[in-house]
Amino acid sequence: MRIGVFVCHCGSNIGGTVDVPGVAEVARAYPDVVFASDTMYACSEPGQAAIVDAIREHALDGVVVASCTPRMHEPTFRRTVERAGLNRYMFEMANIREHVSWIGKDREANSNKAAELVRMAVEKLRLNAPLYPKSFDVTKRVLVIGGGVAGIQAALDCADGGVEVVLVERESTIGGKMAKLDKTFPTVDCSSCILGPKMVDVAQHPNIRLYAHAEVESISGYVGNFTVNIRRKATYVDWDLCTGCGLCMEKCPSRKSPDAFNEHVGVTTAINIPFPQAIPKKAIIDPTACRQFVKGKCGVCAKMCPTGAIRYDMEDEIVVEDVGAIVTATGYDLFDHTRYAEYGGGRYPDVITSLQYERLLSASGPTGGHVRRPSDGREPKTVVFIQCVGSRDRSVDRPYCSGFCCMYTAKQAVLTKDHIPDSRSYVFYMDIRAPGKMYEEFTRRAMEEYGVQYVRGRVSMIVPQGDTYLVRGVDTLMGEQVEVPADLVVLAVGAESSRGAPQLAEKLRISYDNYGFFMESHCKLRPVETNTAGVYLAGSCQGPKDIPSSVAQGSAAASKVLGLFARGKLESDPQISQVDVRRCIGCGKCITTCPYGAIEWMELRGETKARVIETVCQGCGICTVTCPQGAIQLQHFTDNQILAEVNALCLS
Amino acid sequence: MNLAYYPGCSGLGTSREYERSTRAVCAALGVALTEIPDWSCCGSTPAHALDHTLSGALSARNLVGAARAGCEAVATPCPSCLSNLKTARHRMADDGFRAAVGRLLDEPADALATLPDVHSMLEMLVTRVGLDAIRAKVRRPLAGLRVAPYYGCIMTRPADVMRFDDPENPTSMDDLLTALGAEVVPYPYKVECCGASYGVARNDIVARLSGRLLGAARDAGAHAVVVACPLCQMNLDLRQPQVTWPGGHAMDMPVFYFTQLLGRALGVPESELGLEQLCVDPAIAFRRAEQALAAREAEKAAAVRSGKATTVRASAAAGQDGPDEAGRAEGGRA
Repeated sequence: MRIGVFVCHCGSNIGGTVDVPGVAEVARAYPDVVFASDTMYACSEPGQAAIVDAIREHALDGVVVASCTPRMHEPTFRRTVERAGLNRYMFEMANIREHVSWIGKDREANSNKAAELVRMAVEKLRLNAPLYPKSFDVTKRVLVIGGGVAGIQAALDCADGGVEVVLVERESTIGGKMAKLDKTFPTVDCSSCILGPKMVDVAQHPNIRLYAHAEVESISGYVGNFTVNIRRKATYVDWDLCTGCGLCMEKCPSRKSPDAFNEHVGVTTAINIPFPQAIPKKAIIDPTACRQFVKGKCGVCAKMCPTGAIRYDMEDEIVVEDVGAIVTATGYDLFDHTRYAEYGGGRYPDVITSLQYERLLSASGPTGGHVRRPSDGREPKTVVFIQCVGSRDRSVDRPYCSGFCCMYTAKQAVLTKDHIPDSRSYVFYMDIRAPGKMYEEFTRRAMEEYGVQYVRGRVSMIVPQGDTYLVRGVDTLMGEQVEVPADLVVLAVGAESSRGAPQLAEKLRISYDNYGFFMESHCKLRPVETNTAGVYLAGSCQGPKDIPSSVAQGSAAASKVLGLFARGKLESDPQISQVDVRRCIGCGKCITTCPYGAIEWMELRGETKARVIETVCQGCGICTVTCPQGAIQLQHFTDNQILAEVNALCLS
Repeated sequence: MNLAYYPGCSGLGTSREYERSTRAVCAALGVALTEIPDWSCCGSTPAHALDHTLSGALSARNLVGAARAGCEAVATPCPSCLSNLKTARHRMADDGFRAAVGRLLDEPADALATLPDVHSMLEMLVTRVGLDAIRAKVRRPLAGLRVAPYYGCIMTRPADVMRFDDPENPTSMDDLLTALGAEVVPYPYKVECCGASYGVARNDIVARLSGRLLGAARDAGAHAVVVACPLCQMNLDLRQPQVTWPGGHAMDMPVFYFTQLLGRALGVPESELGLEQLCVDPAIAFRRAEQALAAREAEKAAAVRSGKATTVRASAAAGQDGPDEAGRAEGGRA
């Protein structure tokens, strides 16, 4: 075998702490190495051209590039060697940047380690064999999980691109958090007026199939060919018959059900359509509140319904959908402010969350848009906003900034002045973070035009005083403690990952961070991709985001899906397991350990053997370490190749 | 379980009544206390502000003594001692700190790695003895007595060292007093500072902070404040003539140690509870409690007399009296 080695300086990234020409020199003496050189930037155009030239000039059969992480440039160099006529798997990469130059400053030790890593790559390459991908068909349908604004945008863009969309929403209506907002910053335009048309588009688009009040039960398959089981939770109303007339709500005698859409400000009926613009505008029964379920008798809605749509005996139903790609847009949940006992821990009725306040401001909310205190219905004259409740606070394990609270607080303070002209608003803040377009200008307007009093400092406690509250905090600019008597306190609660996000991530086989937010493939360059092919992210499921960013990500994820589907067929990765039928004893251990169900039984001349389903195998290698016979080998990572690397490191 | 007892220096001086009532209550509840032999200062003297190692060594000396006496846990009535003993034990997890303390004490550092845990007397009674056991031994319920429980600033904080109750809104003393038949008023200043650390240098700050605590208790309708800390007790009780009362001067808010009220409810002789050592006359609280009870009885009787028209209101009033009725019934059984 004739091997060429290229050792990259990566500018000073590697060259700064590794003797790059020295490593190339050492590599020249390795077995089968017929060419070795150093190169300033191996990934640059001249760098790649030099590799192609060397392959041709020295009739190389394989190439080792010692540079950065293969996650970044392995695909680049595989294409390079392919251009020169080699099989793309006759290439190995040694990571001497992340694993060497960036983590140590001792030049001699670094150079030795780099040379050893190159030697391992050479020894592995000597046992490499050409591999050839297979191509397979793609199901050109996409599953979008979550019907908030990010999911709506992704669904509409995919549908407009001619792709069939399956949109699954956990609640009984799409719209997500945005549907609960009264106005949006920095333009103070009506949230439901701009979201409503998009929601209607979802309902009317011929390419979108909407499953509301449904959840993803399980997912199997792989990019291009996922099979998804969707649990359609019982609504106890036949939605094919329900016209959304609302007569059931008018007559329902159970009027004290928890009102989740209104963030539990007030109560609602047990049979309910959450808001007038709901999509789908269908009623749903809350069995924990409905008298028919709780007491076993009532049946008023069934008697009243003009279309006879009520079905008390309805059960959950599982539907199966085949899709080729998945967009997760499961959004976020609000931090539970009751963890702050110093703010009352939920004991004070007029200390509310920002989203509850949003419902009080909204014309379709429980107070018809009149701001009233939950305790006594009185109009508040002094409103105190406290920012960073569950953001930037390590004591509650929420060290991150939720990003949008500064802006919505400014908006709510502005709206307070609009609703109650003789009111005063105070905002306790740590820093004002307003980096979006027109955002800083908006917060300045809140201060200067609307006279909102911004106090830089934290609030240490809220104390009830008669029927009002004393908000005690510090003004760090004045260097003084301040006490503000307040009629209403609004906590700018931060964002946390959506309930059930880690469980969904595990179904999708994608990663999530310490806080349950899904991990993107690369924090800068692959922001909507995941490390699982065919699964994309949109909106706040990846991290807290405001509406413009969520919409942008929805469109970005859709463009990734359309790009994937634009190819007629996909290539399967040939780095998968293969059974040597001569050594296989048919014990079936590999079948039980495979997490993907990629190994099946087959009959061979009257004997039972294991067989790998090539398109299902993900190349994880669990079967190869399970097999007692060493009969199942992962291509490109065979036992012999790994042993060759170990020997190169330990015996040389 | 063998429980070591660390009285602390105030127990021998300014809070003798706390120390006496603590011992009396433990005896009544069958909790055996082994006083740490030859115990010394916990280190919450100036040492803790100047030299953590020295302060830690002072605490560790006492904890080593408790371990030598064969005790698995230490209880102390004083939150300052508690804070210092627990903090020292917490810091002992650090190898360097442990070695430095070991050198000061001539102890092998390994012996300092497994010092007995420390608990407040309140925690000991509420979690180890248990509210049910205490309730069963109540002989003289605190019926009608409305109390504001004041925990002080350090008994629950910092949370990761103290590891007891909610750091901002503790409820263990509330629960204990409720079990004794008292009525606990909503009191938002449970863990606010009384100003003790400025007790000598800045009397004006103590006057303002302690005054706020007393005023809030009065405004909440409390007959007395109940505390678990010698310094808080001294500030709130002894300084009542000095503090700035919101809304006018007064000097009539008795401030009890929780052990005194617990002892009274358990039927411990008053001579063992040191009630006579309180500055503000404790009788004021008991008199107010009796008046409140009498007023309520009168209201109830009037409601019964006025007949069916007010049945609804009467039953509502009876509902409010629920805890009292229960307290009395249990007292009767005991």
